[in-house]
Amino acid sequence: MSLSLEQSPTTGDEVISNYTINFGPQHPAAHGVLRMVMELDGEIVERVDPHVGLLHRGTEKLIEHKTYLQALPYFDRLDYCSPLAMEHSYVLAIEKLLNLEVPLRAQYLRVLFAELTRICNHMLNLGSHVMDVGAMTPNLWLFEIREDCLNFFERASGARMHAAWFRPGGVHQDVPLKLLTDIADWLDTRLPQLFEDAMSLVVDNRIFKQRNVDIAIVSRDDAVAWGFSGPMIRGSGIPWDLRKSQPYDVYHAMDFEVPVGTRGDCYDRFMVRVEEVRQSARIMKQCLAEMPEGPVASSDRKVVPPKRGEMKQSMEALIHHFKLYTEGFHVPAGEVYVATESPKGEFGVYLVSDGSNKPYRCKIRPTAFSHLQAMDFMTKGHMLPDVTAIIGAIDVVFGECDR
Amino acid sequence: MTVLHSAPRYAPFDGVLETLTAALGDRVISAREQHGEIVIHVVREAIVEVLRALRDTHEYQQLMDIAGADYPSRPERFEVVYCLLSLTRNHRLIVKVSTDEATPVPTATVLWPNAGWYEREVYDMYGVLFAGHPDLRRILTDYGFQGHPFRKDFPLTGYVELRYSEEDKRVVYEKVELAQDLRQFDFMSPWEGANYVLPGDEKASEGAKS
Repeated sequence: MSLSLEQSPTTGDEVISNYTINFGPQHPAAHGVLRMVMELDGEIVERVDPHVGLLHRGTEKLIEHKTYLQALPYFDRLDYCSPLAMEHSYVLAIEKLLNLEVPLRAQYLRVLFAELTRICNHMLNLGSHVMDVGAMTPNLWLFEIREDCLNFFERASGARMHAAWFRPGGVHQDVPLKLLTDIADWLDTRLPQLFEDAMSLVVDNRIFKQRNVDIAIVSRDDAVAWGFSGPMIRGSGIPWDLRKSQPYDVYHAMDFEVPVGTRGDCYDRFMVRVEEVRQSARIMKQCLAEMPEGPVASSDRKVVPPKRGEMKQSMEALIHHFKLYTEGFHVPAGEVYVATESPKGEFGVYLVSDGSNKPYRCKIRPTAFSHLQAMDFMTKGHMLPDVTAIIGAIDVVFGECDR
Repeated sequence: MTVLHSAPRYAPFDGVLETLTAALGDRVISAREQHGEIVIHVVREAIVEVLRALRDTHEYQQLMDIAGADYPSRPERFEVVYCLLSLTRNHRLIVKVSTDEATPVPTATVLWPNAGWYEREVYDMYGVLFAGHPDLRRILTDYGFQGHPFRKDFPLTGYVELRYSEEDKRVVYEKVELAQDLRQFDFMSPWEGANYVLPGDEKASEGAKS
């Protein structure tokens, strides 16, 4: 953190002017490349001007130059802490334009892995939030769980982080039965043990509460006006969860609770996420119990490529495979805005198709944009060290914020 | 059309389109329901009134996103798309206006504070101006960046690239030089309306005439 002094402080009667502090762009508590120009009066924050865009890669422009399927891996690289949740919005947007039916097993698999992603994301966020306010151990324990999640992703898709496993029409390939039983074991044993152990160190901890309770209180009205979503709006006491109110895939069949905060401070946001992890585990158990057998991708051969074995028998499958991996599929002209409940909040994709094989425009609605924008009003009047707690509770990842 | 997809399901849209077009009156240019989305195109100058009416009387409380889009063939090439969400009625709505490079769009920051960054982004990426915006700076691109990268006539590779120069001991900007042209494939099938002359077919149309 570089510190510049606009005018030297004096001991006399002269008025001391404000400090301007440059927080970031490289700062361990900024969760990425966030630069914040802060005006301080002593240690009290007067004004914050976040500068984002240091990780801007022009993803939306790149997507316009790729076919629908080629554009999919870019979504993993948006919020690299919860890659599958990003893909979810995109594949649902394509399916909405195509009006494509997804087999039930694929829907269950998607929900299962979307919830696993939520746990994976919250492990990183809760851990780093705790570390930002001074505790070391819980983060290490939570990373154990995150490591398990990444191993499950690897066993399903072959990649630990950038899975590219959700595809338009279903998922890329079926999972082995052993993976499902291992996830079930993990949900019963390792996850509750490690997670509850780590949380027992934090949630009632005096120091942790001193750093978070009554910090950055956001009222219900403010949360609505600033476009909050996800744990941020629920922390302010509004029971709004897209999985409940606008269910997609098989969320309508899932039985889970939506935790809400009472005071709208950083501690509430933290606790909402803690409870969400337990609810996610509950959804995953239901998925594992109810998951039917069957195909994992749509049988529409004009969208979903055939399997390798089929190609060796059928000329038509070979042609379809060639056409789908060179030209790709064409999507009917139109525009949709599809938003899902990503671990960080509402992650939306505004997809415009002109009837060709490439998206005409793909606007990604990042969750962090509206949350980070509210930094100025949330930090006003708080102390400098509170800023890290507030950023931690926002749960910001710059791959997604800057796109 | 029966709904086969499993994308998010809102409350049904029965009569919403008619109610909204009737309430907004002649400020609506066109309105349609397609792919399960209601899209309302309104007069640019009236956008603030329209959004205020939608927020205050029709319960669309949240502004989730503002997207820009570029259609170079149109006289007013840019579209500014507002994605609204109603928490109480469980609906989504897309409202859009069109504009060109020079004509500003009235700002929505008077209604929603979070419109600030979204409008800055549209300005940064497309060069659309917003009248009355308190702080219309670039947001995502580099400090001192020139041009508006998401316009369709802006090349994908951009114009400049930067590297660390060992001689100057600082980052320097240079013109983009590609060892190979960026490959853009043409996927339009000659049997399905490619509107250019295929190599070897130059004389085919002349023969048809004579």
